[in-house]
Amino acid sequence: MSPGGVPGPTGTHSAATVIRFTRVRKEFARTGLALKDVSFAVNKGEFVFLTGPSGAGKSTILKLIFAEERPTSGEVKIATLSSATMRHRDIAKLRRKLGIVFQDFRLLEDRTVEQNIAFALEVTGAPRASMGGRIGRLLTQVGLASKAQALPRELSGGEQQRVAIARALVNDPLVLLADEPTGNLDERATRGIFQLLREINATGTAVMMATHDLDLVKRSDCRTLEINHGQLVLDSAEPAPATPPVA
Amino acid sequence: MTLAWREALLAFRRSPMLSALSVTTIAFSLFAFGLFGLVALNIREALTRLEDRVEIRAFVADRTPAEAAATALGDVQAFPEVATAVLITPTQALERARRELGEFSDVFDAGILPASIDITLKPGFRDPASVRSVAARLRTYDFIEDVRYGEEWVEKLQEIRNVATLAGTGLGLTFAIVAVIIIGSTIRMAVLARAREIAIMRVVGATDGFVRAPFLIEGALKGTLGGLLALVMTWTASEMIGRYVFAAEFFDVRLAVVGIFAGTVIGLAGSAFSVGRHLKAV
Ligand SMILES: Nc1ncnc2c1ncn2[C@@H]1O[C@H](COP(=O)(O)OP(=O)(O)O)[C@@H](O)[C@H]1O
Ligand SMILES: [Mg+2]
Repeated sequence: MSPGGVPGPTGTHSAATVIRFTRVRKEFARTGLALKDVSFAVNKGEFVFLTGPSGAGKSTILKLIFAEERPTSGEVKIATLSSATMRHRDIAKLRRKLGIVFQDFRLLEDRTVEQNIAFALEVTGAPRASMGGRIGRLLTQVGLASKAQALPRELSGGEQQRVAIARALVNDPLVLLADEPTGNLDERATRGIFQLLREINATGTAVMMATHDLDLVKRSDCRTLEINHGQLVLDSAEPAPATPPVA
Repeated sequence: MTLAWREALLAFRRSPMLSALSVTTIAFSLFAFGLFGLVALNIREALTRLEDRVEIRAFVADRTPAEAAATALGDVQAFPEVATAVLITPTQALERARRELGEFSDVFDAGILPASIDITLKPGFRDPASVRSVAARLRTYDFIEDVRYGEEWVEKLQEIRNVATLAGTGLGLTFAIVAVIIIGSTIRMAVLARAREIAIMRVVGATDGFVRAPFLIEGALKGTLGGLLALVMTWTASEMIGRYVFAAEFFDVRLAVVGIFAGTVIGLAGSAFSVGRHLKAV
């Protein structure tokens, strides 16, 4: 599934690279080292699993991508925005290139499905006139066209996650980041969400999905980045061990 | 920005008591400024009227040679502060006293009243300091026995004005600080109530300005309402004084608008001051 020719972590720059980690280290004041010397690159349109046991550093990697955290050293580069030069006000710009989905859905409980998606559109200043049509298309894409007027609590977990995914797509993202999106779902819903993410990926959106569900990972043939104790221990797209050469 | 306005208006419904409290403290802050401002304004009016009539009278000793008095008069007329200076002979002084004091006119015998140089000052030199300085210069002539002017009144009024200004500023600032604190805690609650929304806004790429806007609008609205309320309170107070004490001047439109705008600024400052701090926490 992953396109060939993934450039080495310190290799030549490719215009198609959407995420590039170069020797990223992340230390937290209270818990110490969370990531140690992590380097990898994700190309446009790729589907990548981020696996590893709980506490390995998966969420930290995703947070570094959407600039919730900054690397202690090394560089995180998303499209043309680099952590080395990024200012606080660039964060909003960065996040409009990304779609983000969490394990706990994070929907507004007092608003309908449609209003939850409209909220995200309004926040990014989408023109009101085109909103209705856009929301309709997104809901069709995630298979919830008939539930536009439902409140989140009237939906199943899998359906709620679909709403969250529709919301993450409002900015037409370059990359969809999903942090344990199936963590709260049963087997059937998990397969449904995974299938949806693959469909979204098929339209050209890169997807990075963190999960500790090894069955799901094994059953697919997607590229896998495995993290353990803050280190990248396997990149299935790299023939050699993942430890990058010193630049 | 329709979302921002909607959220700002919703805040009033979410915490009506705190909103009312914010508006009232801002109103009291500006009411204190306004009330003492009115006192200061009216005293200034009174002072201007009084100063228009400021007159210095320098009494000339008996048996002063006429030439000496005439030379002194010339000197005094050349003082930069002096508008007019005229020599009043004892005869003229007596006539004036009789005129001014009608029924007591027979009290005065010729020769009782001394001659004097009566001086009026140019506008801009009618304040106590200038008056004192001219009086001091007049006293240097040895045939000038005494110099009189309405110093006590001018000084007393100025003192009252200074006290009013100080009290108004002190009380107004205290209320303003209280208002800012209350607005700050209102915003803290609003931020917490909306923590989920704010987190989602950020994740989908809302700018800081966009996240802040509803809180700033809310603060500015409360401030403006407080300013309007203060204007109504001050106007009512001024009307009451006008009815029962004395007719007082009220602020002109320009000052009234400045007052309302000051409310907007207090409200905006209160929210701007705390919104950044509290937003960091969610
Ligand atoms: N905000 C934070 N402050 C301090 N330590 C953190 C923070 N976030 C994560 N960590 C630490 O970093 C390590 C990796 O956490 P995380 O990336 O959440 O793991 P995963 O998502 O793989 O379960 C953990 O040891 C965790 O305690
Ligand atoms: Mg995690």
